[in-house]
Amino acid sequence: MSAPRKWLYVTGVMALCAWVLVPIYLIGLGAMGGRMAVFKWPKSLAPTEASFTALAAFLKIEGVWNAALNSLIAASLTMLFSILLGAPAGYALARFSFRGQSAFRLLVLLTRAFPLAILALPLTVIFIKVGLYDTPLGVSLIHTALALPFAALVTSSLFMGIPREYEEAAWVFGCTRWQAFRKVVLPLALPGIAAAAIFAFVISWNEVFAASVLTVRERTLTAYLLAVLSESPLHYRFAGGFILIVPSVLFIFAVRKYLFAMWGVSSK
Amino acid sequence: MAGILIDKVAKQFGNAVALQEISLTVADGEFVALLGPSGCGKTTLLRIIAGLEVQSSGKVVIGERDVSALKPSERGLAMVFQNYAVFPHMTVFENVAFGLRMKGAGQARVEAQVRKAAALLHIEEYLGRYPAKLSGGQRQRVAVARALAVEPAVLLMDEPLSNLDALLRLEMRAELRSVLREAGTTTIYVTHDQTEAMGLADRIAVMHGGHIVQIDTPTTIYSKPATRFVGGFVGSPPMNFVNTTATAGSARLGGITLASPVDGPIILGFRGEDARLTDAASGMPFKVKVAEPMGSHLLLTGHVGDDLARIVAPSSTRIGAGATLGLALDPTRIIWIDPQTGRTHPGA
Amino acid sequence: MPQPRWLPYLLIAPSVAFLAAFFLVPLGQTILLSFDGGQGFSLANYARMAGDLNFPTALRNTFALVIVVIPLQVALALVMGLMLQKMTRGRELVLWIWTIPLGVSDLAAGLVWLAILQDSGYLNTLLFQFGLISGPTAYLNSETPIALFFAVVLAEVWRATAIVLIILVAGIQLIPKEFGEAADIFGASPWTKFRKITLPLLKPSLQSALILRTVLAFEVFAVVYALGGRNFPIIVGEAYTWQNENQNYGVAAAYAVLVMAISLAATVIYLKALRVDPEAQA
Repeated sequence: MSAPRKWLYVTGVMALCAWVLVPIYLIGLGAMGGRMAVFKWPKSLAPTEASFTALAAFLKIEGVWNAALNSLIAASLTMLFSILLGAPAGYALARFSFRGQSAFRLLVLLTRAFPLAILALPLTVIFIKVGLYDTPLGVSLIHTALALPFAALVTSSLFMGIPREYEEAAWVFGCTRWQAFRKVVLPLALPGIAAAAIFAFVISWNEVFAASVLTVRERTLTAYLLAVLSESPLHYRFAGGFILIVPSVLFIFAVRKYLFAMWGVSSK
Repeated sequence: MAGILIDKVAKQFGNAVALQEISLTVADGEFVALLGPSGCGKTTLLRIIAGLEVQSSGKVVIGERDVSALKPSERGLAMVFQNYAVFPHMTVFENVAFGLRMKGAGQARVEAQVRKAAALLHIEEYLGRYPAKLSGGQRQRVAVARALAVEPAVLLMDEPLSNLDALLRLEMRAELRSVLREAGTTTIYVTHDQTEAMGLADRIAVMHGGHIVQIDTPTTIYSKPATRFVGGFVGSPPMNFVNTTATAGSARLGGITLASPVDGPIILGFRGEDARLTDAASGMPFKVKVAEPMGSHLLLTGHVGDDLARIVAPSSTRIGAGATLGLALDPTRIIWIDPQTGRTHPGA
Repeated sequence: MPQPRWLPYLLIAPSVAFLAAFFLVPLGQTILLSFDGGQGFSLANYARMAGDLNFPTALRNTFALVIVVIPLQVALALVMGLMLQKMTRGRELVLWIWTIPLGVSDLAAGLVWLAILQDSGYLNTLLFQFGLISGPTAYLNSETPIALFFAVVLAEVWRATAIVLIILVAGIQLIPKEFGEAADIFGASPWTKFRKITLPLLKPSLQSALILRTVLAFEVFAVVYALGGRNFPIIVGEAYTWQNENQNYGVAAAYAVLVMAISLAATVIYLKALRVDPEAQA
């Protein structure tokens, strides 16, 4: 590359990094600035007045802590369900050829062509009847419908990446099918399964619409923030947004190696 | 230790026939190679013996036991896979110990057997390492050690050397031969590489199109192939085939006359190194197209009549492309093939 | 290994049952509910939806967003992807930074941009310091629909370009380097290389990225609510209002069916428009 083009290239990369990072920094400032900072004019862009007291104050508001806890429960359940249901299906897709396989694959892919969260609407009535309405468990069920297709496709590509011969060798050397899976396949697939689980967690943690439709008192954090959006002061909104962002970003960092298995290969 | 009896084993995948009623007996301690081009059914047969694939009909007997319906783990055998299948999440030691641990062997026996197998394959110094840190050849050794550590009644090997580079393959071949001789394990070895089969096996079963077309010692397979296919597949260069017509019990090819078993159209088969070069008038006429110096010999490719032939000449020979020479043949080192069936005439 | 025929079915049974219960059944119910006017089949819900004052605006706003946001995201993701392709040092770090928004929820993304774009926010501070405005200025109310629209576009591009980037980068990695090198030898310019080699080979990835993104873009909701509240009606927002505030599940279901119909139509259009000849695939 010539010097001016190289300069352009480096500047472009830097600018795009700033484009992603600066807004997060700014909501962090907003979240930690408290009430005074929101109306301060003009604002300073340095974190001189930032402190955790504003964040702590937000967490002390009635309902916030409970909502965060509900989010945590719903996301953990989603993680659990989508792996428990999705991983066996992924294994079946990777290792067997059976009648109905392509129909199943189609069902899984079909879920991507539909705005799934909207399906929470008719579920409200049934959930009220069976007592799942307004519970984290109920929310996690619809979130599992969102995360399960991902889990199945991702684990299927994981299992496909583990040569069949490993299992066959284990069988020949004395393992049953289940022993071979537990001693050979599972240890090799575990990091990837963990990544898929974390993605299921993030999908649930971030989902707004279904959670808002399916809860009234036992809100998840997103549903709570959406419900009180119009009447809460700006600095609380920023604190809420910031608290939503932090765990997911950390999780994405933890599983960054698996991003491509997640959306690259499996999306075809 | 045990012999193997394969009795009329057949396998279909849907409508495709992979094996058609194969029968084969392997003696206790014998080394048999299943040799054939890809898709001939050799790997399917091996996987059926291992229990990784289920035969459509027929039975497999190991020792005195009919194992046809048993799981792989119950058949008392060990296997070496083409891609080694050495478990990446276990140390070399645990890999070699895997079969023993699954059988519930005590720690002392595990230690002893692993040391023994490791010593046999010279991998003692890697026992604490993970396979990712090993080269292909070293992983190969681990796979063989893992198989031998359980002292199996039968050892199955599926193209174990095909992923190694040429030099390493030569070295491992020689080593496998000595290690397996020492262990004395009944072995079935699948390969598409005829030099491997020739070098290692007591007997070779040549497979083609789901059949065993010939089973015999390497020497016989080489010099007296049962069909045109075997002659063309085994040996490098492959056997030469010349179409001719025999009348009154003999075929006349240029300056030579050879006694033939039947009259009519017939194919003469001979090995490139069995032909002696003479002048054009006194031998079978051979028109040289290409002469390739191979170091140890000179490889001549050309035509006898309309048929292509490859002749191995001493490297000192001075012959260029375009020359026409004669070939003289030893009547005891030729075969006659029926052009209709592709089979060799018996007794020729 | 002799495989029991039922094993794969046993393994997929839980997911099939689950997806039936929480995908297929609600899907059917939504459709039924939308046609339920109290006494049997009727189009009353659809009539009410179409007759609503906000409906044309919501429809127009949603489509306008999709039409502006998606091309921007694809273009930006392509630029980012090609930059990454060239990168030798720091590729991992840059890729991670660029994919951070993947973990950010749409609600949080809306709030992030609210912090920047509110009356006395950081954008106005910057404009003030350059002397472009004289004091706090409002962009996000119903009197400034154009500004509000672009605020939503900004937030959406910021949040959801990462997913397109991931899919495209995965696709770019699958293209063998030799193709580009072969083109170099024949003297192709970078632009020709991009147009004749990278882009055609990226078609399958582009297709899945577009389908995924478009379906999600028609569902846009929380970003808009966080930034402008009710000032900027969109389809899913209307569904939410009818369900939660008007407690009219029938009209909400009609909106849901509308979104699904649009998503499905978009998917079919992409599949047809970007059809990949199986024989021409790498």
